[in-house]
Amino acid sequence: MTQHEHLQTDVLVIGSGGAGMYAAIEAARKGRSVILVDRSLVGRGGATVMAQMTVAVALEEGGLDHPEHHLADTLAAGRGLCDAAIARLLCEEGPARIREMDAWGVGWARENGAYKRAFAPGHDRPRCVYVDFLNTGPAVSKTLRAQLNRIPEIRRVGDLRVTALALEGGECVGASALHVASGRTASISAAATVLATGGLTRLYRRNSASANMTGDGYALALEAGAELVDMEFVQFFPIGHLAPRLVGMDPIMWDPFRYKLGGRLLNGRGEEFIHRYGARDEGRYVVTRDVATYAIVKEVAAGRGSPHGGAWLSFEHCSEAELRAAGGPVIDRLAANGIDLTRQPVEVAPIAHYHMGGVRVDAAMATRVPGLYAAGEAVGGANGANRLSGNAITEALVFGRVAGASAAARAARRRARAGRGAFRAHAAALREGRARPDFNPAAMLEALQSLMQEDVGPFRSRAGLERALDRLRALAAELPAARPAAGRPYDCALVDWLDLGAMARVGECVAAAALARCESRGAHQREDFPGMDPQWAFNQTLELEDGALRVRGAPVPA
Amino acid sequence: MSGKATLVLRRGAPGEAPREERWEVPFEPGQSVLDGLRWIRAQRDATLAIRYSCTNANTCKECMVRIDGRTAYACTARLREGEMRIEPLPNKALLRDLVTEIAPPDERLGS
Repeated sequence: MTQHEHLQTDVLVIGSGGAGMYAAIEAARKGRSVILVDRSLVGRGGATVMAQMTVAVALEEGGLDHPEHHLADTLAAGRGLCDAAIARLLCEEGPARIREMDAWGVGWARENGAYKRAFAPGHDRPRCVYVDFLNTGPAVSKTLRAQLNRIPEIRRVGDLRVTALALEGGECVGASALHVASGRTASISAAATVLATGGLTRLYRRNSASANMTGDGYALALEAGAELVDMEFVQFFPIGHLAPRLVGMDPIMWDPFRYKLGGRLLNGRGEEFIHRYGARDEGRYVVTRDVATYAIVKEVAAGRGSPHGGAWLSFEHCSEAELRAAGGPVIDRLAANGIDLTRQPVEVAPIAHYHMGGVRVDAAMATRVPGLYAAGEAVGGANGANRLSGNAITEALVFGRVAGASAAARAARRRARAGRGAFRAHAAALREGRARPDFNPAAMLEALQSLMQEDVGPFRSRAGLERALDRLRALAAELPAARPAAGRPYDCALVDWLDLGAMARVGECVAAAALARCESRGAHQREDFPGMDPQWAFNQTLELEDGALRVRGAPVPA
Repeated sequence: MSGKATLVLRRGAPGEAPREERWEVPFEPGQSVLDGLRWIRAQRDATLAIRYSCTNANTCKECMVRIDGRTAYACTARLREGEMRIEPLPNKALLRDLVTEIAPPDERLGS
C-alpha cells in the first residue's frame, strides 16, 4: 500500500449532503468527470439526512403561490441582511428542483394528487412540502444517492477528511486530505472545487446536526483566501428535545408535531409565555425561531424554566387518534422511550441548528478565489440574520445545482493541471507530529463546545465574547505542540485534532463578528445592545490577512 | 437515579493481538451505549476508535457494533447496570478497535 494516493478530476465536490450530491449530479450532466468526497460515508453524514419535515417552495399550482411571495418572506425573516440575488435564486429555482426530486421518486406527501403543503412560521401561506413521517431528509438523501449511483462519471470516495485546499497562482487547483480509514494522505487535482461541507452546529454543546458539521469548510475557504459573511448569525432551533432522554430520534423531531397539531409551549409554572415577548403562540405554531429562542432563554433566566432548564411542550389536549395521524410510526418510537404524549408534556430548549453565515459567493456560487465554489449551508448570505423555516433543503438543492453547473463550465475551459507539488507540503504536514499524552483532543472538543454554548450562544455580551475569544485563541495556540502524526488507520484522536483546529478558527469567526456587531438582530442577540439598530443594516465579512482575522462592514448587496 | 455500566471493549488494529479493556461508565437512565463510548473518549482515552455521525438520530447507521454478541446500533442500545461487552462487527474487515470497513466497495479509496 502506498503512503499517498493522488487522484485527478474535472470537478471535485467536498461533502455529500444534499448540496454536494446535487452539485456532483449537475457537473456530470454537463459532461464533466466528478469526484465526490465525504469525510464519512457518502450521502449519510451531513445535515440533509437529518431533516425532519419542511421544504419551502412556491409551487404555482392553481395560482395560489408565487416565488415573489416566498422571496418576500425570506427577506423579511432575514431582517434586512439577505443577499437578494442569492435569496431570489433560492426562491425562483426551488420549484424546478422540487419537481425534479419528485420525478426521481422522492415521495412528497400528496392529497388528491396535489402536493400537501404545511404552514410553517414566517410564511404567509402553506408553502412547505414534506415526506411523511418525519422522513424528508432520509428520503431526499436516498433519492439523490440513487441518482448518483447511476452516473459512471461520478467517483464517490468516503472517509476522506479534506485538510487544505491547494492553490497555484491564487487559484484553487484541488484539495489535500487524510484518508481516515487507512491513515494515508491523499490529494485530488481538480479544475474546479465545490465546498459543500455544511454548517458549524457541532461548535455548540447542544446541537441538532451530525458530528460532521464542524465548520471545516469555512476554515478551508478562509485559509484559501475566500471571504466569509454573516458569521455572527447562528440559528438556534427553539424547541430541541431536552428531556426525558430520547434515543433514536433527532432532537428537532417536535417540529412536525407542531406543524400539524400546534402544541402548547409553557414555562416551568405551566403558563403560556410567548406573548410576553411580542409574539403569539396560543397553541398555533406561528412564532419565528429567533423570537421563540429569545423567549425561552429569558424565561429560564427569570427562574421560570422547566426542571432541566427549558420549556414544556404539551400535546396533552390532543387525542390519541390525532397524535397517531400526525406522527404515524413515530408514536411507537416515543412509546419505546417511555413517552406518552396524551399524558405528559416534554421538555424542550434552544439548540444550535443552522448557520446563516458562510462562504461569500456570487449568484453563480463562485467565491472570490478562482476555481472555488460553495453550495448549501456552506454558503452565507441567502438567509441574512435569520433563516425562514424550510429554506435549508431548498437552498441545498438549488445552490448545489448552480455550483455544479458553474464548476462544470470552468472545467470545460481548462483541465486539472496541478502536479503533486501543489499538495506535497500538506501531505508532509499531516505525517509530522507527535501526540502529547496529556492532551485529550476529545475532551478539548467538549470544552470548546461548552465555551461556545455559554459565551457565543443565543445571548451574547462583550465580556462573554471577549472571554470566548481569549479561550479559543489559547486553545489554537496549544494545538501545534499536540499534533498526532497521520499513518494509523481510523485514528480518531487525529481527526479530533484536525476538527479542533477548524472549530477554534471558525468559533473565532463567530465570536469576532458577534463582538463587532453592537446591536441585536435576528439570531444575534446582545444583552448589552438590545434592539435592532437601523445603523447596523449591513453585513460583516471576514478574511485572513497575514494569518490574522479581519472583520469588515459591507453594504447589503442590492 | 444514576448508575454505573461496565463496558468491556475489544480493542486493537489489524495485525495486533486483540486486547480487552474494561471501563466503568456513569449513566443516567435512558442514555445510550454510544453516550458511554463518547464519555470514555472524552474522559479517559481519546485513542479509542468509534464511528458515528448523527449521534442520536439513528439515521447515519454508522455506529453498528456487537453488543453482548448481538449486532446493534450503539446510538439506540441503552446503557445498563453491570457488564456490557462491545466488539467490532465480526463479518467486516477491522480498521481499529470498534470500527470496521462498512463503506460500499466502490466508495473506498482503494489501495
